[in-house]
Amino acid sequence: MAKASRVSFGEAIAKLGEKHPEIVVLEADLGKSTYSYQFGERFPERYFEMGIAEANMIGTGAGLAMTGKIAFICSFAAFVTGRYDIIRMSIAYPNVNVRIIGTHCGVAIGPDGNSQQGLEDMSIMRSLPNMGVIQPGDDMETQQAIEYSLKHKGPLFIRLTRQKLEDINSKNYQFQYGKGVILKDGKDVTLFATGGTVYNTLQAAHRLEKDGIKVRVVNIHTIKPIDDELIIKCARETKRMITVEDHNIIGGLGSAVSEVISEHYPVLLKRIGLKDCFGESGVEKELYKKFGLDTESIEETIRDFMSKDQPVLV
Amino acid sequence: MTYTIDQLKDIAKDVRIDCIKMLTEAGSGHPGGSLSSADLLTALFYTQIHRTKENALSDDRNRFVLSKGHGVPTLYAIFAQLGILTKQDLLTLRKTGSILQGHPDYDRLPEVEASTGSLGQGLSIAQGIAMAGKIDQKDFRVYCMLGDGEMQEGEIWEGLMSAPKYKLDNLCVILDYNKGQIDGSVENVMNIEPLSDKIKAFNWHPITIDGHNYDEILNAYEEARQTKGKPTFIIAHTIKGKGVSFMEGKIEWHGSAPSQEQCDQAIKELSAL
Repeated sequence: MAKASRVSFGEAIAKLGEKHPEIVVLEADLGKSTYSYQFGERFPERYFEMGIAEANMIGTGAGLAMTGKIAFICSFAAFVTGRYDIIRMSIAYPNVNVRIIGTHCGVAIGPDGNSQQGLEDMSIMRSLPNMGVIQPGDDMETQQAIEYSLKHKGPLFIRLTRQKLEDINSKNYQFQYGKGVILKDGKDVTLFATGGTVYNTLQAAHRLEKDGIKVRVVNIHTIKPIDDELIIKCARETKRMITVEDHNIIGGLGSAVSEVISEHYPVLLKRIGLKDCFGESGVEKELYKKFGLDTESIEETIRDFMSKDQPVLV
Repeated sequence: MTYTIDQLKDIAKDVRIDCIKMLTEAGSGHPGGSLSSADLLTALFYTQIHRTKENALSDDRNRFVLSKGHGVPTLYAIFAQLGILTKQDLLTLRKTGSILQGHPDYDRLPEVEASTGSLGQGLSIAQGIAMAGKIDQKDFRVYCMLGDGEMQEGEIWEGLMSAPKYKLDNLCVILDYNKGQIDGSVENVMNIEPLSDKIKAFNWHPITIDGHNYDEILNAYEEARQTKGKPTFIIAHTIKGKGVSFMEGKIEWHGSAPSQEQCDQAIKELSAL
């Protein structure tokens, strides 16, 4: 059932709180939006409202983690990762068990506009040593990723959506940290997508079937550490590649895939996402069209890309 | 074990001498703020934290977070007094591969309790540790030393707002108020006064002392321990470079290491104390 990954997070953390007394949750006055309130209602003694003061929430979470807790610190991705130095020094450098929950990622949040849209967060978090970066693509994957995070050593940034995500995984799906998931096979081109763009990418791939373009679709839920092995395999097998993300094309999924193929198996790559620009207000559907993230735009980009000659690589 | 004030003064003298030796060997670092905090931290570790090599990482230990991370030579020197580090370790300060990084590194040396050095972050971390203590109903206390220039950071004031909300009476902040920062006097760079009034207005229990007077230091630590329902903030007036005549009160000694000649002179003066 279509569900926003922030909602899946709220349900998961409230459920996990029962068996895991080491979980603490900190919030910066957005509990109703990040859905952390669901944990707060059940475990008020382990839920800390820190007010509109993200830096202090980050440091406090670090202190709790250094004292045996698993601290989930919650806010919008744009706000929490904006406190980069605090995350760098208080969380990443000491390598502590803090889970940074960043919701409201991407232009998909719509009318509130750029100030609330997390669009550089993956780039910022990916650059920090010790930091893992996860963006689940549907309800089941989010629930499993949150559960996985309890046994992970070191810090994680978990990027969640406000918009509903259609189911993309099969019933017996098992989340594996650091492993990409082939959702649809194909031999002509590989599309790597993450989070809110996976479903549209799958739809576009299916539409191209009838024209004989065989598109492979890979869900990259772990942006760091990225699945090098799978990316190199896809480069070998399909040559052409496209990345799709509701994020700046600099520093996120597109960059991560580029880095792998540049070093190991250079092929032509197209990055779909925000082209080094800020987001804006609007309806989700219209914004996805404007930034090339809706099914039709992705389909068109694939067609255009397939018509280009593969450059000769030395 | 209990310590007399004379014993504490003797330890602090050794700590200061080690700071000078380390910084001279390293060729860089922060002598001014290392010497200003030596009395406060010696008294803290020996009479409140009761740190030993054995309890340095135990679950129930009292904690200390050095938010003014540049003052870390004092902490390393105290660790050497306690046997947590060796005197040889001290001479590796700031050198490639050393666990004694230029600023505290929790990952390399967990005994420092937190990675600091980007100012303004230690109070929030200390608060988190104090909150964990409350959740687990542990009796340990958490101490955090701030620098005065660091009071200009916004995160400090966020932390000052939140610790009283959670009634963290197991948390005690010690301000090493040595009046100097890199660009000049704290008063001129960005005045933090009236500080006691501000701290009180944020619902903390403020205590103002002379940070080199052991009676006042020990009384303040005891008062902090007795204060219930709110955290304590000790404003300790100190002298930058305390104990070395040519460093005392001199901003220039915030962040430059002594030459070998200056080192010898400083040790001579400190030894005569």
